[in-house]
Amino acid sequence: MFETALTTKDLIFLAQGAGMTLVVTAIAVVLGTILGIIFGIFRFQVGPWWAAPLTFLLDVFRSIPLLIQLVLANAFLGMVLKLKLSGFSVACGVLTLYTAAYCAEIVRGAVGAVPPTTRRAARSLGMTWTQDMAYIVLPLATRVALPSWIGLALGVMKDSALVYIVQVTELLKSTQILITRLQEPLLLLLICGAFYFVISFPIARFGGYLEKRWSND
Amino acid sequence: MIEIENVRKSFGPLEVLKGINLTVPKGEVLTIIGGSGSGKSTLLTCINGLEPIDSGRITVDGTEVHARGTDLNKLRRKLGIVFQQWNAFPHLTVLENVMLAPRKVLGLGKAEAEAIAVKQLTHVGLGEKLNVYPTRLSGGQQQRMAIARALAMSPDYMLFDEVTSALDPQLVGEVLDTLRMLASEGMTMICVTHEMKFAREVSDRVAFFSKGVMAEIGAPQQIFENPQHPETAAFVKLTQA
Repeated sequence: MFETALTTKDLIFLAQGAGMTLVVTAIAVVLGTILGIIFGIFRFQVGPWWAAPLTFLLDVFRSIPLLIQLVLANAFLGMVLKLKLSGFSVACGVLTLYTAAYCAEIVRGAVGAVPPTTRRAARSLGMTWTQDMAYIVLPLATRVALPSWIGLALGVMKDSALVYIVQVTELLKSTQILITRLQEPLLLLLICGAFYFVISFPIARFGGYLEKRWSND
Repeated sequence: MIEIENVRKSFGPLEVLKGINLTVPKGEVLTIIGGSGSGKSTLLTCINGLEPIDSGRITVDGTEVHARGTDLNKLRRKLGIVFQQWNAFPHLTVLENVMLAPRKVLGLGKAEAEAIAVKQLTHVGLGEKLNVYPTRLSGGQQQRMAIARALAMSPDYMLFDEVTSALDPQLVGEVLDTLRMLASEGMTMICVTHEMKFAREVSDRVAFFSKGVMAEIGAPQQIFENPQHPETAAFVKLTQA
């Protein structure tokens, strides 16, 4: 009835935690990247003065530790706005904005790295601003942004361990639950680490593959 | 016909065009010569609306370039421009570089755009380089690709902004040959250039710019052998020394 040895069931439990980590990360990275692209292009396009309020907001999300953001957001949404949101929604929301804040910086830098003369050549062929963005700027900026973006995605994946604070049982929380029962912290943390590695490694390699493929050699 | 009437343009306190008047009829090859900072290149970017003007008027086939409501993207289809820096799109192959605007701007199908691109690239001597990336080309080849890219839009006018200035000396010839070929085919061209021999050879008229003013314009013989303006004489003497 009260097992003290690691069973297959425990491994499945860990795998479910890993699944939750993946889901939260995927949602945050996908939505955060979309928002980040919009914010980043906006910041580049309107210049520092008009973008100042947005820049300030994004700086807030970049400078306050994620753990504190999660606790504050949870308390604010629940107690002040009286919203009945699940911990999962809060976790995804906060992590999305956190990702967007970093991604906006990456996008702004990458769009700025496309030479104005190249854009000028595109416009002089009769391309509209949107066409220039879609066919010249974004493809070139993506190449510049990719290494930083992969780093961001991996970082968010690991930072997502903090969402346990809003009662989301992801990989690290699952591990802690098992540690409490089995009293085998080293073994379990090793397994937990291995899970993180298995998730991260393909993302990192895929990034490396794209980088190589896009180098035009 | 390109008509430039009393065009003025300043960058901050610096007036770079001080009332330029110039008419370029269809079929003419006009070269603009003059020292650095004389306003030659600025005039070209004003003609296709990349730079706004402060006063005056530029019309291309009756369309006023800087008027409100002028569809610049549409107007630019008529006006090919090639810059000193060739500005290849580095993520696209040579063929794709040339196909992009015909496909997206003119809305041509893939096969049609490809046929045009292949034709223009072959025309400038890059028929063997269709599927390589621009980084694999020499400067002269990239510049010829930029010319083919502009020609693929079947423009009525071609503007060349010091297209050989950034090239190694041994690559200048191949690009000038391409321009000579276009001139002999009857393309209307405005070439800003420092290549005096070329200007003398291909131009119907040569304009000499100095400090934002068109000091003199005339047949190549006049400009190079019998300049009327003392500054033209000094410039020509200096460049031929």
